[in-house]
Amino acid sequence: MKRLFLILCLIAAPAFAVQPDEVLSDPALEARARTISKDLRCLVCRNENIDDSNAELARDLRLMVRERLVAGDSDEAVVRYVVDRYGEYVLLRPTTGGANWLLWAAGPLMLLGGLGMGLVYLRKRQAAPEQGSAALSDEEQARLNDILKE
Amino acid sequence: MLKPIGPRDARLYNEVMITELGHFALILAFLVACVQAVVPLIGAHKRWPGWMAVAEPAATAQFLLTAFSFGALTHAFVTSDFSLRLVVLNSHSLKPMLYKVSGVWGNHEGSMLLWVLILTLFGAMAAWFGGNLPPSLRARVLAVQSAISVAFFAFILFTSNPFLRLAVPPFDGEDLNPLLQDPGLAFHPPFLYLGYVGLSMAFSFAVAALIEGRVDAAWARWVRPWTLAAWVFLTIGIGLGSWWAYYELGWGGFWFWDPVENASFMPWLIAAALLHSAIVVEKREALKSWTILLAIMAFGFSLIGTFIVRSGVITSVHAFANDPERGVFILMILAVFMGGALILYAARASVMEAKGVFGLVSRESALVLNNILLAVSAFVVFIGTIWPLVAEIAFDRKLSVGAPFFNMAFTPFMVLLGLVLPVGAMMPWKRGSIARTAKPLIPVFVLALALAGLAWAMQSGRSLLGPVGLFLGSWLVFGAAVDLWSRTGRAGAGRLRRMTRLPRADWGKAVAHGGLGITMLGIASMMAWEAEDIRVVQLGESYEVSGYTLVLDQVAQVEGPNYFATRGTVSLSKDGRPIAKLFPEKRNYPVARMPTTEAAIDGRFLRDIYVVIGDPQADGGWAVRTYFKPLANWIWGGAILMALGGALSLSDRRYRVAAGARKAKVAGVPAE
Repeated sequence: MKRLFLILCLIAAPAFAVQPDEVLSDPALEARARTISKDLRCLVCRNENIDDSNAELARDLRLMVRERLVAGDSDEAVVRYVVDRYGEYVLLRPTTGGANWLLWAAGPLMLLGGLGMGLVYLRKRQAAPEQGSAALSDEEQARLNDILKE
Repeated sequence: MLKPIGPRDARLYNEVMITELGHFALILAFLVACVQAVVPLIGAHKRWPGWMAVAEPAATAQFLLTAFSFGALTHAFVTSDFSLRLVVLNSHSLKPMLYKVSGVWGNHEGSMLLWVLILTLFGAMAAWFGGNLPPSLRARVLAVQSAISVAFFAFILFTSNPFLRLAVPPFDGEDLNPLLQDPGLAFHPPFLYLGYVGLSMAFSFAVAALIEGRVDAAWARWVRPWTLAAWVFLTIGIGLGSWWAYYELGWGGFWFWDPVENASFMPWLIAAALLHSAIVVEKREALKSWTILLAIMAFGFSLIGTFIVRSGVITSVHAFANDPERGVFILMILAVFMGGALILYAARASVMEAKGVFGLVSRESALVLNNILLAVSAFVVFIGTIWPLVAEIAFDRKLSVGAPFFNMAFTPFMVLLGLVLPVGAMMPWKRGSIARTAKPLIPVFVLALALAGLAWAMQSGRSLLGPVGLFLGSWLVFGAAVDLWSRTGRAGAGRLRRMTRLPRADWGKAVAHGGLGITMLGIASMMAWEAEDIRVVQLGESYEVSGYTLVLDQVAQVEGPNYFATRGTVSLSKDGRPIAKLFPEKRNYPVARMPTTEAAIDGRFLRDIYVVIGDPQADGGWAVRTYFKPLANWIWGGAILMALGGALSLSDRRYRVAAGARKAKVAGVPAE
């Protein structure tokens, strides 16, 4: 039931992910290409990076990344080159710009909030008088007296 | 000329009738659920025993009717009744029997029927085994549970009816998606649903307790087994799904942070938090309102998960029901149940005053920290999952949030959780001291640190991922062992024997915590130390990957029951010693017109060798990808241990002996 729409990619091109003929001869460049590819999205496959994707378009993107690397671009320049052509949508690791700071800060902020609330709660628990062991209220004392009298 | 009715026609008539009766039973179950959602609730409010008593037979009837309906649909699949639209779209007469059966839930309509089947099963179980619950609480729980079934029966009948017929039945079906024709995936949805729906019990108990206005240790003792069971099923379901992705999708990934995966992961995290906080309610009568909130949220995330999967709102590789009508319906269900429960919570939560008092350093505090970390990590997954939607609607930005984000934003919380877990697990209730609790753990800490240092020195110094994983893994596993050992008391003699007599809950806790460590280690080592090799291989050519020698012996065309395949034969050896023959395949399913890759895996305790065969090349060779995946099996081994730990804990004496709950309640009265 999962990943059914992977079919789309498979139908598009029954090839498979990175092909032997794409691999660059320079291992350092190839390693950089792989790292960059892992953060770029295959646009027709949904939520798959171009490194894992079987689609023809992903292959084109992989070749484009390698072409730019061979041409001497830095990693950032390669990513910028791809984003300029395909938009921010290709980035699997969203930028921190604009409203996205909220996305990135959400976890740490919530942790701080949670810890703060937890601490307040714990302090309250610490201060609360232990029920049962504490002295009886007047009402309880009266009831106890009644019971003892019987 | 009319033919006389022969035995074949009579059989055909019966089969047609079985399907129709199944449809009818489903409608009837819907009506029973309507009654059960209303009558016992009024009865409990007015204290009318007769009205409350309606709940029990109604829950049984609801379950039996739904089971009959599900059986009828299964029958249609098994006998390949191609007059049913659903069977045509998802089955084929040549399909193996296992997948004819699993085809029942391998589609939207059938899987929703499975959903309500499990829902009504849980409802019926609460009715059958709920004898020791106060009658009004039981009536309310069953009514709330039934309200959920009303919503989902309506969803099925009005938007996703599996019993729709075709006027002109075709000769054969269109086959189930070949990716789904796999044993791992055949049982993935049922387990996942057992988990999702199991959390509905926690929800029903929470809402019923809010209506009743009381939460006590007995309540927690009732809720915890349901949550634990749901969590165990979710663990198995998620594990199966991830294992399937690993061997079926052809590149050995095991988790993709896909919205649909996240949909099952969020309830898992919240359920993990809930089953820990319920311990505090059970043992110390504190954290009550927080536990109620978690119970509501856990089921809420299950509903959100159902919404994400069924509506296709957040487009993902899985979205297979791109039908807005269904999405809106589930969104309404979500709004009604979450909105209703949260309003009730806001109005009544203050009634639940806590009793236990405890210090800042105590087991209670440790469990609060556990809850914060789990809740925050679930929240991070949630934000990441819905952010593309939020960004598009609110800021008009089309963006993606993928695995790199989740790996960065989610992992730190899990590392923190792993760091504090062994100490927190050994902390005494009420008041403890970090120094005294941590003392027996010092050797474990040093050992874990040494192992991590060793790994750091031995690897080529690339990343911290592997060493951190090794540290956490050994810290958790050995920490759990120390925890268990320390429970046997001080005296030297007979400790081992006493260890075997510890309550099963203690064993369950240690096994589950150790399992978490093993999974963490497996994930880290696979991500940090994996080796990959992509090349063109000629027949008979040998090549090396991570010290292993592989030879592509031959490539042949073979035929399966409903597919054709290109099968390679690869010999795996190390230092001239043969290890295994591997048979990677590329399959083609002609009916579904779809190719799949079947990776060949030599799975061993410490590593997997994973081989995938690709396309033939112009020069006569074959494209072959080979992976060396260290500790791959540990990921799922850890998941199995976590599930086993949960099951052990579930079989603990205090849940098996129902009288225990009653006794505790009786004992509780004079103290007031």
